[in-house]
Formats: sequence, structure tokens, C-alpha cells
Amino acid sequence: MDVALQQLVNGLTVGAFYALIALGYTMVYGIIRLINFAQGDLYSVGAFIGLSMLSLLAGLHLRNPLVLTALGLVVSMGATGLLGVLIYRVAYRPLLRSPLSILISAIGASLTLEYSLLLIYSPSFLVYPSLFDTGGPALGDLVVSWMQVTIFLVSLALMLALYVLVHRTKLGLAMRALAINQDAARLMGIDVSRVIAATFFVGSALAAFGGVMTGLYYGQISFLMGFLAGLKAFTAAVLGGIGNIPGAMLGGFIVGIVESLATGYISGRWKDVVTFGILILILVVRPRGLLGERVVERM
Amino acid sequence: MDPRRRQIASIRAGLAIATGLAALVLPLAANAYVTDVATLILIYVMLGLGLNIVVGYAGLLDLGYAAFFAIGAYSSAILTVHHHMSYWLTIPVAACLTTVSGAIIGAPTLRMRSDYLAIVTLGFGEIVRITATNLSFSGGPDGVWGIPRPSIGPVTLSGSAALYYLGLAFAAAVLMLAHNAARSRLGRAWRAVREDEIAARAAGINTVSAKLKAYMLGALLGGVAGSFFAVKLTAIDPTSFTFVQSVNILMVVILGGMGSLPGVVLGAVVIVGLPEVLRAFQTVRMLAFGVGLILLMLLRPQGLWPSRMGTLGRHAAAPASGRPEPTSQAAASG
Repeated sequence: MDVALQQLVNGLTVGAFYALIALGYTMVYGIIRLINFAQGDLYSVGAFIGLSMLSLLAGLHLRNPLVLTALGLVVSMGATGLLGVLIYRVAYRPLLRSPLSILISAIGASLTLEYSLLLIYSPSFLVYPSLFDTGGPALGDLVVSWMQVTIFLVSLALMLALYVLVHRTKLGLAMRALAINQDAARLMGIDVSRVIAATFFVGSALAAFGGVMTGLYYGQISFLMGFLAGLKAFTAAVLGGIGNIPGAMLGGFIVGIVESLATGYISGRWKDVVTFGILILILVVRPRGLLGERVVERM
Repeated sequence: MDPRRRQIASIRAGLAIATGLAALVLPLAANAYVTDVATLILIYVMLGLGLNIVVGYAGLLDLGYAAFFAIGAYSSAILTVHHHMSYWLTIPVAACLTTVSGAIIGAPTLRMRSDYLAIVTLGFGEIVRITATNLSFSGGPDGVWGIPRPSIGPVTLSGSAALYYLGLAFAAAVLMLAHNAARSRLGRAWRAVREDEIAARAAGINTVSAKLKAYMLGALLGGVAGSFFAVKLTAIDPTSFTFVQSVNILMVVILGGMGSLPGVVLGAVVIVGLPEVLRAFQTVRMLAFGVGLILLMLLRPQGLWPSRMGTLGRHAAAPASGRPEPTSQAAASG
């Protein structure tokens, strides 16, 4: 039981990262029906920009860990968001009408980001500064750090903010209109390209937030970290029902917990097999996901 | 056939014969290194032809094709090393195993959205690679080594040239098979499914069955390529069968032009040859791949040597959709 509880706590933390990346997948997919392969790599980019920012600020003798983290997060989220928009403009917008070409272009964008990070930074792991101590609330045998609590709560808050953005603002209304019918949305006077760009910005910024928090949590990052994380986040998005925002959050936490339980009860070496096995199973048995609507083939 | 098309056809035939002759005499003129690179190109030609059936003909995006390559390679490696089977007998075993795994992964998934299929195949590729890394009978992370060279009677095929000719024979057989498959009734069904699935179904094609056959045939060819890869290298390990490998094979197909057989050969030469020529730029290779993929999709989505459906012979069906064929302009100008 203790193992189960402990893995549940770890799973919720990892699940928060997956959920943050999954939101970008699900928003982009909901609007332009594209699996944005670069989404996981935007998460890596966010982590690396955050690292650069933290190193820069440390060089300026800034010491307060909260201020450091906040500045690192804001800069990283803004820059990664803009990068997401740039990728959309260059690699996706001209191909919106050809589904296979745009998917291949997305794979190209993913490789470009990964190997740009390799060339700019390093092919090996980079160490993140440890800004916070590892203490936590006393809960008997259960080891929980304040960091884990913070990651979980802040991620939840961000997801809530996103929910409000999508369901209570004009931009969100435009996004939802686009998801239903792009041509009709255009006729209603919505600047389609701009709304899509905004979607990319938000999705990429959320991934960047996850990236910086991952760096702070694990203490190391690598240029390929986004590949597996992105794949699992996609699993999460599909599990929850792709195109569905609460579904992506739910899916993220479920994938995180399943993976942690697989690590605790089977072996860390098999956890990816378990995750991908579940992905394949869901797609076969219930392709619309837990909360999603039925998506019909239209290509 | 109008004279202009006849002329193009004869140019193509001439090019094919010239390429074939050059491939035949290559080991006589080249050193062992060049012959080895050429053998690797042949392996990628086989892989590209196999994946081309899935992606190019049937229009199904497979991002885990290296899984079939791996299953073929491991089958031959394990059977020859641990069970002392003759290499020749392992080829049908490898082919059967990959075809069956193609059916197992394809049957439940081929009904779903094409972009979901891409992710399922990606997941399958990772599962196969991780399983090969974790299980002891496949040698774990070290893989299988000491794979014996194939022999015909008393003669062992051990030199670079001998293995090159063996690979050439395999590649030629695969090329013939792919060529005939494209012209068959099934091949026309694949193209119809690719162009417009609903119209294909309306025309009486069992689309799921056609897709499944494409997937199984593609898997079979990947398995044969893997089987040859194992005896050529004599040692295999899981790092040869990563996602990057799947992307490389996909690049062979896309670079040359989806659905085009000469395009696959050209794609294999570029994908294998270019990194060999640019050894100094090894680190930027993947970056160039990524940027290249985007540029290719933006500037020339039909590939370097696109297929020309109109000239596939008297059996050629009219494009199923009303859209103008993007490739027809290239054909007219070439």
C-alpha cells in the first residue's frame, strides 16, 4: 500500500508534466486536426531557455529563488510560445490543406528543434541549478516534497486558467468556433490564422512551463527529453479524448500514475512498453478516448 | 502512346538499364569500402520499397517501420546463432514472422484515422525496440553477434563483393515484386484508397482488406531486408532499430517521391550516400534532415522523382478524385 501511495504521488507530479504538454497537442489537434510532433520538443526548448535564463540571472547576482524561477518561467514561456507561432507560420500554414504533407513537415520541425538544441547546447545531459531544498510536509512514511506540491497545484491553476480562456473569453469562443467549422468561422469575421497562431502560442507556452519545472524537479535536461515525454503526452491527449481540454488533463495524470505504478510494481525498464501498450489498446478499443467525442475519418 | 511519352518511356528504360549495369559491375571497379556503402544502399532500397507500398501506394503513414526491419534481423540472427539454422531457411521464417506481426498490428488499427495510425505504429516501433533491449533471448542491449556468413554448398559468401551481389539479387527480386504489385488489381485498389477512400469503397473495393494487404506486404519486405542486414553486419543490437531509423526509411520514400520506384532507389542513394560523402558534417546531419523535410514539403511535396500514375500502362486507372494530379505537371515537363 505504501508503495502504491508513494507511486501515486510521483505519478501525479510526472502526470502534471504530461498534462501540460498534452494540452498543446489537444488544442492544436482540435483546431487544425494536426498532430503537432514538435510539441514535445517545444517542451525541451522551454527547459533549455529556462536554463539559459537562470544562468544569466545567477550571473547578475540575483539570489531569491522565487524571483529567479518566476523570471525564468515568464521568459521561457514567452519565447517558446513565439517559437511555436513561428513554426506554425513557416512549416504548417502553407500546408493546412494537405494532411500527409503537414504531418511530415511536423516531423521535420521536431527533428529541427531537437538537433538545434544539440548543436546550440550539448549532446549530453545539462544540470539545472537546484534552487529549492527537498523538504516537504511530514506525512508519515510518504515522501512528498514542497516542490511536488507546488508543481501539482500550479499546473492545476494553469489548466484552470486555460479552461477559463477557452470557455469565458472572446478568443476562446473564436477557438471553439474554429474547431467546429473553419469556413463558417471565417465568414463570421474571425481572423482564422491569428486564432490558430494564438493557439500555438498558448500550447507552446504551457509546454515550456512544464519544461522549466521538469528541469527544476529532476535537476537535469537533455535535447531528446521531449521525444518520449511528447509521445506520452500524446498518449495522454488521446486517452482523454483528443480535442478535449479536461480530457488532456485527466489523461496526463492517468498516464503519469500508470507509468509510476508500472515502475514500482513491474520495472522501470518496462514502463514505456506499458504506456505504449495502453495507447494502442485505447486507440483500438475506444478511439474517441475517455471524454472525447467520436472523430470520424476525414482525409 | 504519343511520341513524346514514348520518348520519355525510352529514356526511362535506358536509365534503368544503365543503372542496372552500373550496379552489376560496381564491385569490379570499386574498393571494399565503396562496395560496403553500396550494399547498405541496397538494404535501404529494399526497406524503401517495402515502406513505399504502405506509404506511397496505400497512403498509410507508418512511423515504426524499423520494427519489421528489427523482427526480420533478430529472427535470422537468433536462428542462425542459437539454433544453428541455415541462413537460407531463416529467410522464410523471418518473412512469415514479420507478415504475421504486420497483420497483428494492422488488423485492429487500419480502420482508424490515418494520423492515429501514425502514432500507433510509432508506439509499436518503440515497444519492439524496448522489448529487444530488455529480453535476454534477444541479447539485451548487446544484441546478437557472431552471425555466420551464408554459404552456397561449399562456398561461403564472405567478401564484400559476394555479399553485395547477394544484396543485389534480393533488391532486384523486391523491386520486381513491388513493380508487379503496383500494376496488379490490388495495386490499383491501393491507389484508389489513397486518393479517395470513400470513392474507393463506393467502387466496390474492400478498403480495410486492401490496406491490410499493403501493410502485410510492406512488413514482409522489411523483414527480408532485416534478414539480409543481419548476415551482412554479422552483429546486430537494438540501436539499429530506433525511431530515427524509421524516419530514415521514411525519408528514402518521401525524398524520392511517394509511390515511385526509381524515386526509392534515388532516395536510398541520397540518404545513405550523402552522410558518407559529408562525414565531416555528421552532427548537423539530423538537423539538415529536419529542415530538409520541411523544405521538401513546402517546395516539392511530390519528391525528387515523383511517380507518374498516367504512364503505369494500359491498366492505369483514372485518378479517383477530381483534383488535378500534382505529379502530372512534373511528368509533362520531364
